[in-house]
Amino acid sequence: MQPRRVVVTGLGALTPLGNTVADYWHGLTNGVSGADFIKQFDASKFKTRFACELKNFDPTNYLDKKEARKMDPFTQTAVISADQAILDAKIDATKINADRVGVIWGTGVGGMINYSNELKEFYTGDGTPRFSPFLITRLITDIAAGSISIRHGFRGPNFSVASACASATNAIIEAMYNIRYGKADMIVTGGSENVINEPCVGGFNAMKALSERNDDPKTASRPFDLDRDGFVMGEGAGALVLESLDHALERGAKIYAELAGGAATADAYHITAPHPEGLGARNVMSQALLDAGMQASDIDYINVHGTSTPLGDIAEIKAVQHVFGEYAYQMNISSTKSMTGHLLGAAGAVESIAVIMSIIDGIVPPTINHFTDDPALDPRLNFTFNTAQHREVRAGLSNTFGFGGHNASVIFKKFVP
Amino acid sequence: MSDIASRVKKIIIDKLGVDEAEVTPEASFTNDLGADSLDTVELIMEFEKEFNISIPDEQAETITTVGQAVVYLEEHVK
Repeated sequence: MQPRRVVVTGLGALTPLGNTVADYWHGLTNGVSGADFIKQFDASKFKTRFACELKNFDPTNYLDKKEARKMDPFTQTAVISADQAILDAKIDATKINADRVGVIWGTGVGGMINYSNELKEFYTGDGTPRFSPFLITRLITDIAAGSISIRHGFRGPNFSVASACASATNAIIEAMYNIRYGKADMIVTGGSENVINEPCVGGFNAMKALSERNDDPKTASRPFDLDRDGFVMGEGAGALVLESLDHALERGAKIYAELAGGAATADAYHITAPHPEGLGARNVMSQALLDAGMQASDIDYINVHGTSTPLGDIAEIKAVQHVFGEYAYQMNISSTKSMTGHLLGAAGAVESIAVIMSIIDGIVPPTINHFTDDPALDPRLNFTFNTAQHREVRAGLSNTFGFGGHNASVIFKKFVP
Repeated sequence: MSDIASRVKKIIIDKLGVDEAEVTPEASFTNDLGADSLDTVELIMEFEKEFNISIPDEQAETITTVGQAVVYLEEHVK
């Protein structure tokens, strides 16, 4: 069969900048930092005592209390953001073939919060096993996709995707393939991550991955700044409804953008360090362009992975310059992690939404917290420092890279019938 | 209401997300209070934790209503 075009018809988001897509986008375009001191646990003895947490988020405002209690937070945010996207896409359950609607969801870690608490209870007890019957189903990474399908009755392809911080992007790519090659008509995809707890903050601290700028959390996430010192943990979820173009047109759906293509590669180099020349990143952007049938000069904006780590930011920009050459100076580049922090397995979802919104509104969200240029970075590049910039975005690319050396990129473009 | 009965009631309200008025002695966990098999296992486990006892599986299977739970616990909690 002829590969089918894939479009975006629904969006949902729970982010450190707001609990709707509109609030998230308002925060992004206004350069708001979502960072603050950690409220979810006492971090006073930790090297990093701040993160980008969700604000005023109470799952029982969205979910039945009994239902919410059976889910770890990453499943709660998955289900809630998916509900938003499904509502936004105006899907009429009586008019679609539910066998042809899937859910493919990314998460890096899964349900760590309840699991950690239960382990603590057991290992500090007298050895009597009193584990919850929901221990396993709160933990496993696939349960977000399963829960969304159960809630809405979607019986198409259903699984989770894990590639650390590239998870959501890989999920979006898998969803695209399923629709493009006719395995499903519509897929709810995206990713969620809620792991701001003691072992995760402590574990990232131990590997020296996190910023330790405890005297000024709001400026700690500063991608491409000379004094960047690591990433800032974020949490939340992003959801997208993807649909074949024909299916969307048939039901008269509003179309936000077209998902033009994507690709996935590996660095095959080190478990945490990026390839110094950004080899995997280079390949993934080239292959995404090829998959989309586009040229480098078709891209107006790159939402980079840009986590604010000393090595990662340099390697990614080397890769961008290798792929885009002289044209790179004409693009806008920004890292919205400067505002949201790093949403890990959900990053690719919320950052894809940022790209889609930039295409719709003609605004590129900034890389905030820029104070001092890094001489290792080419000053002719436009990093969209500190303030959003208005420009037409015909197409935008989103990069995400995960520990393990995973690279995934997707390209969204303005929908033109 | 005995102390045990009120503690049992509190656990049921919390875990099953039901209204206090629904938690009558005759109420069946599965038929009246919306519990599935996993919820029922969790309830038994919560009773064990709350009252620091161990309820053998074959006994647990006979506890299907609020009243049965209270009677069992009143007999077995020291």
